[in-house]
Amino acid sequence: MNIGRRLFLRTGIALTALAALPRVLLAAAWPEKAFAAPAASGALIDLFGSDQTVPSDKISLKAPEIAENGAVVPLKIKTTLENVESISIIVEKNPRPLAATIEILPGTLPEFSSRIKMRETSDVMIAVKTDTGVYTTAKEIKVTIGGCGG
Amino acid sequence: MANSIKVKAEVSGNIAEVKSLMLHPMETGTRKDADTGELVAANHITQLTFTNNEKLVMVANFSTAVSRDPYFSFKFEGGKVGDTLKVAWVDNTGGSDEFETAME
Repeated sequence: MNIGRRLFLRTGIALTALAALPRVLLAAAWPEKAFAAPAASGALIDLFGSDQTVPSDKISLKAPEIAENGAVVPLKIKTTLENVESISIIVEKNPRPLAATIEILPGTLPEFSSRIKMRETSDVMIAVKTDTGVYTTAKEIKVTIGGCGG
Repeated sequence: MANSIKVKAEVSGNIAEVKSLMLHPMETGTRKDADTGELVAANHITQLTFTNNEKLVMVANFSTAVSRDPYFSFKFEGGKVGDTLKVAWVDNTGGSDEFETAME
């Protein structure tokens, strides 16, 4: 077999393999711009069209006051606000503050738990989008060992 | 791909509680490999979805700032014992995985 044919076959097999991915497709658009924003206000604008938010005492953020390991900071988030559309986690001092944005679909409760990375001691803001606006609460979480691995 | 998803879904009254753990390195792209000194490329789950009997009940969009081996738990209404709960994720490298379990 000459080199040309071998290359052709290898390319064909590689392309076929590529065409088989991905098996799982995105269910909704991934907010790339918001995730790339280098500051919290930019992330809010990319997500919601504005960085104007309303503080609310109806959002609860359970988190350690001091996170020994910034790579794994557990958060438990809940809100009693009504008609919640999404809940987002913004870590002010992370290089890219938006850590996650969770879509609350109809019938799903406006609460969740997860674990995030924090580079350093920072305010962690929870932004809840409802049909009437964007509401926030924030809490400072101290970090002794930063979690971005850099 | 070997199964990377561990999930438990329990129904209590009208509320189903889902607890899940995805095995994934969630590389930020800013970490240097200890041996080679080279930057390890970003490799992180971008979207995690949960479906109850064909109905989408949760879409979680993640950045690199979600911890390695992401843990995610949440609750939804209307799930019943015996229903199917499907968990699926995609990452920024084109990787993906999915797993189905019966709700208890």
